Amino acid sequence: MSFTLKINGETKTVDAEPGTPLLWVIRDDLKMTGTKFGCGVASCGACTVHVDGEPTRSCQTYIDDIEGAEITTIEAIENDRIGAAVQQAWLELDVVQCGYCQSGQIMSAVGLLRDTPKPSAEDVDSYMWGNACRCATYQRIRAAVLRASEIMEA
Amino acid sequence: MTLNTSRRGFLTSAAATTAVLMIGATADGVLAAGASADAMLTPFVKIDSSGKVIAIVKHFEMGQGPTTGLTTIIAEEIGVTMDQIGYEFAPSDPTRYNNLYFGPFQGTGGSTAMANSWQQYRTAGAAARAMLITAAAANWGIDPADLDITDGRITGAGHDAPLADFVAAAAALPVPETPALRDPTDWKIIGNPATRRLDSPAKVNGQARFAMDVHLPDQMVVMIKRTPKRGGLATGFDDSAAQEVKGYIMARTLPTQHGVAIYAENTWAAIQAREALEVHWDMTAAETRSSQQIRDEILTALNAEPSYNVNKADRAAVKAAVDSADRVVEKTFYFPLLAHAPMEPLNCTIEQTANGDIVLHDGAQMPTAPHMAYQEIFGLPADRIHIETMLAGGSFGRRATADADYQVEAGLAFAMTDRSRPVKLVWTREDDIRGGNYRPATGHKVRVGLSRDGRITGWDHQIAGQSIMKGTFFEQVAVHDGVDSTLVEGVTENPYNIPGQAIGLTDTEKATSVLWWRSVGHTHTAYVMETMMDLAARAANTDPVDFRLAHLADGTDDQIRQARVLKLAAEKAGWGQPPEGRTQGIAVHKSFSTFVAEVVEISGTAEDGIVIEKVTAAVDCGVAINPDVIKAQIEGGIGYGIGHAMRDQITLVDGQVEQSNFPDYEPLRISDIKKIETHIVPSPLAPTGIGEPGTPPSAPALANAIAALPQSDDLVAELPMAEAGISFA
Ligand code: FES
Ligand code: FES
Repeated sequence: MSFTLKINGETKTVDAEPGTPLLWVIRDDLKMTGTKFGCGVASCGACTVHVDGEPTRSCQTYIDDIEGAEITTIEAIENDRIGAAVQQAWLELDVVQCGYCQSGQIMSAVGLLRDTPKPSAEDVDSYMWGNACRCATYQRIRAAVLRASEIMEA
Repeated sequence: MTLNTSRRGFLTSAAATTAVLMIGATADGVLAAGASADAMLTPFVKIDSSGKVIAIVKHFEMGQGPTTGLTTIIAEEIGVTMDQIGYEFAPSDPTRYNNLYFGPFQGTGGSTAMANSWQQYRTAGAAARAMLITAAAANWGIDPADLDITDGRITGAGHDAPLADFVAAAAALPVPETPALRDPTDWKIIGNPATRRLDSPAKVNGQARFAMDVHLPDQMVVMIKRTPKRGGLATGFDDSAAQEVKGYIMARTLPTQHGVAIYAENTWAAIQAREALEVHWDMTAAETRSSQQIRDEILTALNAEPSYNVNKADRAAVKAAVDSADRVVEKTFYFPLLAHAPMEPLNCTIEQTANGDIVLHDGAQMPTAPHMAYQEIFGLPADRIHIETMLAGGSFGRRATADADYQVEAGLAFAMTDRSRPVKLVWTREDDIRGGNYRPATGHKVRVGLSRDGRITGWDHQIAGQSIMKGTFFEQVAVHDGVDSTLVEGVTENPYNIPGQAIGLTDTEKATSVLWWRSVGHTHTAYVMETMMDLAARAANTDPVDFRLAHLADGTDDQIRQARVLKLAAEKAGWGQPPEGRTQGIAVHKSFSTFVAEVVEISGTAEDGIVIEKVTAAVDCGVAINPDVIKAQIEGGIGYGIGHAMRDQITLVDGQVEQSNFPDYEPLRISDIKKIETHIVPSPLAPTGIGEPGTPPSAPALANAIAALPQSDDLVAELPMAEAGISFA
């Protein structure tokens, strides 16, 4: 079946079965590999993208449910003012280790800062709870979100 | 693990195509310069005619930092900035890019990447600098001693030129046999905490390419429906329901019969088709035991005479010393099976080139293992198999299998096709959690005798668990007189002065495959040694830091280094004076030749929930090449150790794994540890490991903090802590 998607400002048509998770449309059909597969059951956050600006687990979001929605992935987040600040903070603090979870971390962090431009450490912990990092880069993630908030203010 | 250094290659250089300077080692150790590069040279660094410097990284990147670390060494020795250098992964080559601690075997593990490469990469960089300077000096008619390379420019005696001007001339020169290394006092990048990771930019914008991101034209995605119990055999399948899945191509029983390969057009189709496919299993030889039985077997072994007297102790004398001691502390420990669960599930992609060569795209931790396996599967000589090393989304040991488990699956699945379409093998998280190769289940029983003045007088230590090394490529180096060193490391070679120590070991039978897991044997031995030291200190009415220091007082190098990190961590953590409402625990451990001490500070109670407020670490890993990477590895190692100790285990019921994904194998979360602070001991000694040593002291330091809570009546001696009734807020 043919579906039309608005992703990173472009309109794309894909041929997929109804019920296909958005994650696999993005990765396998559109070959945009920045969005990652970690668990498939909405418990790690590696697959986080924005659907109409809201951080969303693409592994549990189905292609039939998002027609007409605006999807943003890590590949385009630098065009967002908050996204650019988050990426800058991530580089300043060298948050990444293996890096596999970090697209999802960054997409969630942007969502947090959009809702709460000046979060506390506790805000970060509760908002980012669902984004697992097996390398345990958490303390840098926390610091980088707070740093991004500073960059946004400057 | 303890492995021996093998021979080293000698330096050589070559001009490959025009004006490329390559410095490296030949496989046969013969010096050669300036000839054709491809056949004879293993470059560690190459500089092209534009002056661009590329470090060739022989270790894979799973987040532990060698792409930055090895590149740092080359940049420092040549005299370029980190902006003027890039890196490429080395091809698979067990004689030229071998790990010098592994013999003729290329691989990453045992926290050896920087340690084994240090002199090799320094010397290569220094040789490049010497040749460039010699070429420039000859051209300018001056003494090479008047020249240096700084920020990518050859300067001195009034001259100044970019590297590019002398690449061609340098490549024609003979290689200096023993190039002078830069004096550590002149280092600008090594030891500089401001040095950034080279792999960061691509990892924050989605451009980094992991093996999972490989999409070859026309590739098929393969998933394996594996036996749910070790030893089960697939005897056939019914794919009528799978046929209904759009994108399903076919299924084939693996020749090993441990599963059925499902081929599909894409990942989602493979997932669905696998679910729909029914496999007929022969479970006659399948594992039937449950975790309870495994635990019982281990505990029984601990109470019997051990199979191996590990340190050839006079067991009767040690027992007598403990029995007659003034006070005796005794404890039995149990550690469950653990999965590694790297963030990127296992995967690799295999294709055949037009001339029939095989190419594997893989986050290859031990390229030599699949390289050897593929020679057999495809009947090809080594030089017709190529491995493209991709970034790996974590490993923690899981991608390092001597039997190349997942690469062999991919190879067998590919070999059952006409090889016209590449095959990408993908594991799901469920495959990963249930897929075996766990940290072995292990038990310890320890009896410690103390004298009236609070000194250890006897230490009777029994260990039982499943051997990782027996039956693998590494058996020769890691098993001696029947003792798998990975089951006892950390009890043996421990810096403490423990008079009258007996170490016994009994192997127990495997119910699953087992594998090294970040810090290997130290995952359990450090827990036992360091919680026993605390129990002994308490029995002796001595402060835990003072008690440890009293047993590190003979002045050996190891004791000095261990005492130094212990004191530093204690000082930085404000040991003994925790803020109101908080409790501290400490542990120190040597692993992979690195010394780490950690103080865990907690609040709350075991009933209402413990909060891990702060972890303070001190580390001595020799020269700190990239201090910020070292801190990151300590942070990650602590998180990995504590996360699993808190709440994770793999359990079996009738031979089948109960857990399946993150909801029941819960990862450490951001809220679990409030703060980690790492202090590095400055050291001129050669660099040692850093990927693993942060893990061993973390769980015992937490356990010691919990035991020190006013309400605690005992030490948690069986993991995970959640099973022992400890709750975390
Ligand atoms: S892959 Fe979607 S949350 Fe883990
Ligand atoms: S950086 Fe490796 S999982 Fe987060």
